[in-house]
Amino acid sequence: MAEEQSNNKGEFEREPVPDSALKGPSKFWGMYAGEHAAGTEFMIGPLFLGAGASLQDLVLGLLLGNVLAVLTWRYLVTPIAMAKRMTLYYQLERIAGGSLTKFYNLINGLLFCFLAGAMVTVSASAVGIPFDITYTVPTETFGFGEMSFTILVVIVGVVMAVIAAAGYETVARVANVAAPWMIAIFAACGLISLGQMEVNSFSALTEGNFWNDAIAFVQEREGPQDFSFWQIVVFAWLCNGAMHFGMADLSIFRFARNASSGWAPAIGMFLGHYMAWIAAALLLAAQIKLSQDHTANPGALAWGALGWTGILCVVIAGWTTANPTIYRAGLAFQGILPKQSRVTMTLLAGAVATLAGAFPNLSAQLLGFVGTYGTVLGPMGAVIFVDYHLMKRFSLVDEYAVRTSSTCNLAVLIAWLLPVSVGLYLIFWQGVFAAFLVIPCWIACGILYLVLSKVTQQALPVTST
Amino acid sequence: MLKTLSLAALVLTIFPSLLYVTGVLTLDTVKWIALVGTLVWFAATPLWMGRTLEPDADQVKI
Repeated sequence: MAEEQSNNKGEFEREPVPDSALKGPSKFWGMYAGEHAAGTEFMIGPLFLGAGASLQDLVLGLLLGNVLAVLTWRYLVTPIAMAKRMTLYYQLERIAGGSLTKFYNLINGLLFCFLAGAMVTVSASAVGIPFDITYTVPTETFGFGEMSFTILVVIVGVVMAVIAAAGYETVARVANVAAPWMIAIFAACGLISLGQMEVNSFSALTEGNFWNDAIAFVQEREGPQDFSFWQIVVFAWLCNGAMHFGMADLSIFRFARNASSGWAPAIGMFLGHYMAWIAAALLLAAQIKLSQDHTANPGALAWGALGWTGILCVVIAGWTTANPTIYRAGLAFQGILPKQSRVTMTLLAGAVATLAGAFPNLSAQLLGFVGTYGTVLGPMGAVIFVDYHLMKRFSLVDEYAVRTSSTCNLAVLIAWLLPVSVGLYLIFWQGVFAAFLVIPCWIACGILYLVLSKVTQQALPVTST
Repeated sequence: MLKTLSLAALVLTIFPSLLYVTGVLTLDTVKWIALVGTLVWFAATPLWMGRTLEPDADQVKI
């Protein structure tokens, strides 16, 4: 039944959206209002404080970064989405070929598993509070927390995987209903944290001593760290790099009747990636002041501010983020092993996510992971950009795979993997901040795709579609 | 009627925290009111919201 429901939802996945199905801007504002207030926000906000970002840099940097993200959605994604009216995957299939698109989807699925793992950790941190099960982040990346927490992660992960295997619809409905409430809870958590730190005047807020004290506390124990203004700007801009630079949101904006719908992500950005991040960071600052504990345990942070309501918010936020993530990863795995059932593949994705969730240090490195995610997936958006805007101008054939019945466009494969490999080397071996590499990899991928197309297209016969 | 009830529930989750910052309410009181608001929200809102899923319902959000 769930399978049938899921398939029914996938309308116009292999054809352009017809005019009769287009939607006005208000639909998009409503849709994005509930986006980006997710479980990840509970992790990312405190990480800014832990990394040593100043309050002024955070407030201004997030503002600028989110504005840039909205401009990218509006001027990069929306025009192509409205012209082609196809999903990312269908466009990629026509340009890159079916096999390469499946490979891209597999990489996407594997990255989703780690994201879902972080959400399992987040939810388990909240579920553990009533049972007095907390966790400390081990120094090793692949080190387990306390045994009791690991067992709890397995239980939470199994429950999430089983629910995801049943489909995404029920949880998506819960997410729909919970979104406005979650935004209110984030705001309430921020306000209560200010109250707990006795920041009850505008001057106390602007002086920011409560923030500076918290940073000093963290740095006294963890050593000096710095998270610059530009790191904040670039992170806020590109943490959703896969959605805008990577063009994943073509799937959403293909339904847009007016280009002004492209401004709609602004509401999601400023509620989720501005207010919610700052509120979550304030939770940690308050915890440090009240209990001299700088552990960014989302469950404990929310419990300290709002008690059972906070716990419920963390569980629902983590669950509603993990569920579609595991579901999509399962679909990606099934694309590679089509003889296996979707349920089996979703359970496999859930098992990988649960394993990832058992390593608390992975979720503590979410800032780096999200940048890596954009660096790996974002460049494929450059292929779509170049294919739409530049191929004909350079007398090249667009949508080459579908015109030549190719299943793997070598120009796309090389143009994608080469800059991404260099990017991953710089991230993991040279310690470059991951989000800094999204745009260089995107530009390199676009240029390489154009140059390689010039070479490869000369050698292949072209047939009409 | 149901929408008004949901709106009232939402106000119950956030407004008391403002009163806490200004010293009018204690934190324990805020927590209880927020819990009541939460229960009312989840009791009333599903009855009028979320009947149809958006095209990104199965998409991953960060």
